[in-house]
Amino acid sequence: MPYRPQPMGTCRLSAADLACRRGDRLLFARLSFALESGAALQLAGSNGIGKSSLIRILAGLLAPFAGSVSREGAIALLDERPALDPHLPLGRALGFWQGIDGPADNDAVRLGLSDLMDVPVRYLSTGQKKRAALARMIGQKAPVWLLDEPLNGLDTKGVALVEELAAEHCRAGGIAVIASHQPFALPGMQRIEMKDFAL
Amino acid sequence: MSVFFTLLKRDLAQLLLGGRRGGAVLPVLFFLAVAMLYPFAVGPDAPVLARTGGGVIWVAALLAAILPLDRLIEPDLELGMFDQWSLRGISEELLVAVRVLAHWLSFGPPLMLAALPASALVGIDGEKLWLVELGLLAGTPGLAALGVMVAAITAGLRGGAALGGLLAIPLAVPLLVFGAGSLAIGGESGLGLTAAFSLVLLAITPFAAGAAIRSGRGQ
Repeated sequence: MPYRPQPMGTCRLSAADLACRRGDRLLFARLSFALESGAALQLAGSNGIGKSSLIRILAGLLAPFAGSVSREGAIALLDERPALDPHLPLGRALGFWQGIDGPADNDAVRLGLSDLMDVPVRYLSTGQKKRAALARMIGQKAPVWLLDEPLNGLDTKGVALVEELAAEHCRAGGIAVIASHQPFALPGMQRIEMKDFAL
Repeated sequence: MSVFFTLLKRDLAQLLLGGRRGGAVLPVLFFLAVAMLYPFAVGPDAPVLARTGGGVIWVAALLAAILPLDRLIEPDLELGMFDQWSLRGISEELLVAVRVLAHWLSFGPPLMLAALPASALVGIDGEKLWLVELGLLAGTPGLAALGVMVAAITAGLRGGAALGGLLAIPLAVPLLVFGAGSLAIGGESGLGLTAAFSLVLLAITPFAAGAAIRSGRGQ
């Protein structure tokens, strides 16, 4: 069954005057934006400029050095760690999250995972792990998606698929924030160049 | 409630069954090995063995509890599980409490079972065996809580596993003193104090370990 995004409730994500410090280095400062339901934003910039830190601040996992974030709606995070038990078959590793998030169609067929459900997660390739993590995130049904380098390790078909999923998510009223140094095609997407806020 | 059981099921599958990481079998075998070595080292002097054997069982239990320290918290931190739970509003305190329960289930009861042959090896029987079992029942929950707390504090540090052992041993001394002490005269008060110290550890662990996991996130 294909993934049909459910209409999202109201969601909002805004940042005011954010600054981030790592060690004794200020990575960026005075960064503000506001996203309403249906909006998408790409955080662009080279490695080490603070994209991942900003994603973690938006997720509430890292305290900003200054400024504040306000969120409305549940948050889903996709980063370089798939958060799936490596020794379990993929089906059961995803099943654990369904036990917490509630049963959901995580679009395994479209993500090309349906043949891999019996394969232990540690035997999956980098790209397959990324697809598995996407399945986990879709299953969470959260209106706000925070994607940290979602295209890493994916082939061109995978890249197109992620762009399509993000577009569908936004059309259904969700918010997507994509931190990526690669080009990401999404109609109507705003773009923040991190270097404009670097110090 | 269903979240609680989902988490407990996963923790038990990892800690009790453990798959390729050994699960509950390794600490129990270690415990039995120590109890078996002791008579070889001390010699077959039955009265000496019976008098000191209880203490050895307690030391062996303490060391067996420390063995799985490095797989209590760290693997899930590396996998990003704690971040994902946090995003879903599941508090670190609940996660830690579930993990303490799973950790205890995976080594407390197996250790109490293994204490039967271990007691036989050092010549403890009758009423004293009963005291050993009751003492382990009172003390192992505290050891489980202590293990999870230390694992959370040392997770992500260089040499965390060795450091964890070093941190846990002095904190476990009261359990050892009261638990092994209950085998001497006036057993009941020793058992009571063991249980009391266990309860203190059980009460503070969710908050201490939860705070440690949260503060580790800022690094």
